Amino acid sequence: MIALLKRDLALAIRAGGGFGLGLAFFLIVVTLVPFGVGPQSELLSRIAPGILWLGALLACLLSLDRILALDWEDGSLDLLATAPLPMEGIVSIKALAHWLTTGLPLVLAAPVFGVLLNLAGPGFVWLTLSLAIGTPALSVIGTFGAALTVGLKRGGLLMSLLVLPLYVPTLIFGAEVARRGAEGMAVETPLMMLAGISCAVIALLPFASAAVLRVNLR
Amino acid sequence: MIPELGKYAGAVLSAYAVSFVFLGLIVWLSVKRARKIRAQLEEVEQRLKSQRSQ
Amino acid sequence: MASIWEYANPKKFIDTSNRVIPALWLLTSLCLAIGLIWGFFFTPDDYRQGSTVKIFYLHVPSALMAINAWFMMLVASLIWIVRRHHVSALAARAAAPVGMVMTLIALFTGAIWGQPMWGTWWAWDPRLTSFLILFLFYLGYIALWEAIENDDTAADLTAVLCLVGSVFAVLSRYAVNFWNQGLHQGASLSLDAEENVADVFWYPALMTMGGFILLFILLVLIRTQTEIRARRMRALLARERMQ
Repeated sequence: MIALLKRDLALAIRAGGGFGLGLAFFLIVVTLVPFGVGPQSELLSRIAPGILWLGALLACLLSLDRILALDWEDGSLDLLATAPLPMEGIVSIKALAHWLTTGLPLVLAAPVFGVLLNLAGPGFVWLTLSLAIGTPALSVIGTFGAALTVGLKRGGLLMSLLVLPLYVPTLIFGAEVARRGAEGMAVETPLMMLAGISCAVIALLPFASAAVLRVNLR
Repeated sequence: MIPELGKYAGAVLSAYAVSFVFLGLIVWLSVKRARKIRAQLEEVEQRLKSQRSQ
Repeated sequence: MASIWEYANPKKFIDTSNRVIPALWLLTSLCLAIGLIWGFFFTPDDYRQGSTVKIFYLHVPSALMAINAWFMMLVASLIWIVRRHHVSALAARAAAPVGMVMTLIALFTGAIWGQPMWGTWWAWDPRLTSFLILFLFYLGYIALWEAIENDDTAADLTAVLCLVGSVFAVLSRYAVNFWNQGLHQGASLSLDAEENVADVFWYPALMTMGGFILLFILLVLIRTQTEIRARRMRALLARERMQ
């Protein structure tokens, strides 16, 4: 399994692997927001937690097809299926690789971009923490969506349609943690919910993803 | 009838209108497709039956 | 090989539903007509909401069916996964557009009902928001069916999607409640008619609810028949092409 992880990480980081594109997209979105809503710092400060969460989420979404599509196309997914690894392990590793190469950079970049949007002082910690807890769920949910649409030509748009509604609970609670934290309010409830959802998703959804992938590989 | 609705006439009537449009749409589309597929299936089955009897 | 249906189940389904459908047309029309005419013409205005309370007779049944349709799809998907009855998978597929239309009706009537009350055409009320999310779930489910060519693969994938979606739909409901209640403390924006609904409103409502339930069943029966026939036709055409 570690070998699979290393392989996926290497593939992602190599040129053409798309590493860094997620970050660039995140930056562009953050830059575009003031053009859309106006530069008043008070307004930006209020919407910063939500915008940063949304930007990170969308950046995650855009890199999801990389998880499985490339392996599907060159046949390595079929080979992986015959390997002694359980399919659940394979999809979990793929989700982990996605998080390490996409989610984690976003988590680290978010506070930096928070400066651009005038994020309030206490918000930095909570934003980073909520993203750190929430983005793994985004990767796992995204893997599920990728498994559903693997092999479909132009499945990217369909995958977004399937995945985005599934992102809603994580987005709501994650953004709430960031927002309340920025305003200095208590964050226990949304934080617990966010963590609970992430844990449950990481533990259980790979079984669904594996089942779906097996169906598609028939 | 309309006087009964008072100032909310617009809201109530448009709500009913929208609902009827949607309901009518799904009913009509379902029936239309049902008829079409039924006819197509019969045609295909007839064709195969006559092929087999040749 | 005789030209019979591939599976006995689909044939029985079509035969049985053929006997039920005509009666269902009649019953549905009666129920809906009685309920709506009664509710529209023969009920008083609410002291608070005025005549907009009449929207209740459309909003509540459609919202009810929007949820129940998804629940039926969930059960049908489970039956498909466990027992592999094709009719079950096809029934789920058939029900989805009906459920989606119900959701749309609930959304539109909800928004229109809210406008005089809230002064805005749309409000992110927890109930309405949940229905908007439900609409997106329906859309995704239908899109997935349409995108996949192989019938069995499509049935399997959409069944899993329905399962996973159901869990997330429930999660979203709680998340949305949390999300909105945090912003509008106390203000009861909900169109929830859970304060004791007077009998004079309740009985016509029951009629329309019954009518909507019957309509759902009717449409699902018709549409499932269509799906069975379409599947049969695809199989025959494929066989023909191979000869």
